[in-house]
Amino acid sequence: MSAPEQRNGNVSVAVRDLRKSFNGEEVLKGISFDVKPGETFVIMGPSGSGKSVLLKHIIGLEEPDSGEILSAGQSVHGSEVLSKYRLAMVFQSGALLKSLTVGENVGLYLTEHRLMEPGEIARVVAEKLEAVGLKGLEDRSPSELSGGMQKRVAIARALVIDPQLVLFDEPTSELDPLMSVNIGEQIKQMRDRLHPTILVVTHDRDLAFGIADRIAMISEGKIRFIGTPNEIKNSRDPMIQTFIHAELTNT
Amino acid sequence: MFYNIGQIIMLFWRTLQALPKAWLERKKVYDQLFEIGNASLLMVCILSLFIGGVLALETGPTLVERGLSGVLGRMVGLSMCRELGPLMMAILIAGRIGSAMAAEIGSMRVYQELDALRTMNISPINYLVMPRMIAMVIALPALVVFSIPVGWLGGALVSTFNASISVPVETFFHDLREGIGVADVVHGLVKALVFAVAIGLISCHQGLVTIGGPRGIGRSVTKAVVNSIVVILILDYFVTRFLIYFQ
Ligand SMILES: Nc1ncnc2c1ncn2[C@@H]1O[C@H](COP(=O)(O)OP(=O)(O)O)[C@@H](O)[C@H]1O
Ligand SMILES: [Mg+2]
Repeated sequence: MSAPEQRNGNVSVAVRDLRKSFNGEEVLKGISFDVKPGETFVIMGPSGSGKSVLLKHIIGLEEPDSGEILSAGQSVHGSEVLSKYRLAMVFQSGALLKSLTVGENVGLYLTEHRLMEPGEIARVVAEKLEAVGLKGLEDRSPSELSGGMQKRVAIARALVIDPQLVLFDEPTSELDPLMSVNIGEQIKQMRDRLHPTILVVTHDRDLAFGIADRIAMISEGKIRFIGTPNEIKNSRDPMIQTFIHAELTNT
Repeated sequence: MFYNIGQIIMLFWRTLQALPKAWLERKKVYDQLFEIGNASLLMVCILSLFIGGVLALETGPTLVERGLSGVLGRMVGLSMCRELGPLMMAILIAGRIGSAMAAEIGSMRVYQELDALRTMNISPINYLVMPRMIAMVIALPALVVFSIPVGWLGGALVSTFNASISVPVETFFHDLREGIGVADVVHGLVKALVFAVAIGLISCHQGLVTIGGPRGIGRSVTKAVVNSIVVILILDYFVTRFLIYFQ
């Protein structure tokens, strides 16, 4: 578990005709798209359309039935890419290690890869926790925190890695509107400081339009549309219009 | 079943490959050792005392009746250190520690903690399996070393105080010293070592392949314990056969 052999620069992602079935049911039905290095790419779509499954393929946690995924031009399968580049994923559930404290979770990457001295790690951890509005909670156990707080810890854990490619799975679900804006700001700051390649899965229209260079709309396991926020707003596709403009009206 | 055995052998191989990193993970090994000791020392004590006792109770009266009270010490002593010490401690540890390992790793699997580790390029083998295996391989033989004399003590107590046996403590231990050599203790420890590897591998593997939420965790725990006990009992025969061949 030595420190990754660092390659600099950001990581492009290419998904080529990706197909995946679970128990005979096809969840991803031939997905293709490219994300340029340093781009912020948002994936939107209804629940159950396969967005989380797609992200897991991109970071190499799931194996495609057919098609391929290239990160920085290499197949993500096999842990080559994971040891050459700093990648991070913020899971929909947070996926914090419950046997560790909040601080240990946030510093885990640095501790396990022995990248810094313990004192220095503690300083970085405190700084990142403060950035997500959880100053001083290092010694808490993840199970004492609310779902939204756990999600923010997971975001801090990703920030610590200084990733070259970072995947967010619904980063603002379970957060109040104020915190959602704050997380959006965090993602923007990360983008402006390090220019990592960012993939965000979200239903949060404000977040999507606030950070995206391009947005992909996925529905029933297929890409329905890819374009800039303006292009998507002007799309004539009724499904996309409904998804973007759905409002609850109180009559 | 053969698929599982194949996977377990793979896991064993990958754990061996991770061993060079063991020194870096020593803190996790200490934590596991502490947990195993904490969870089982008292039970080991009580269990061993009673096993030794019942051995004396079952064999004592017959031996005394036939005028063989002089060999009671070695009977109880040998059974304890060659067979029942390692076997019962292994079953205890499978139930107490193997189950906990399967549950902990299983819940990490179900709640995506293992996925999170992998995205951070942290190998679950190095991080979870290897420290647990090392702790298991150290702890079980150590517990057996501890359980053997306690078992002897149990046997001696029953031999002395049971009216239909009444073999004095001195006679019991005199014969025990005569009849038992280092080889017999080694015999027991080799068994403990083999059982430890089996329990550790089966439990960690079962945890790693857990699917299906809280119920899945429950199923994994049950499987880990039952499979460990079955494998221990089967291995016991073959290891005994193998060791006798060498003596
Ligand atoms: N490991 C799995 N085993 C079986 N089915 C799965 C698995 N992962 C996801 N699915 C199924 O794939 C579909 C898409 O899931 P998901 O990607 O989580 O949707 P979402 O777009 O809401 O993130 C769902 O119907 C889900 O039940
Ligand atoms: Mg999802």
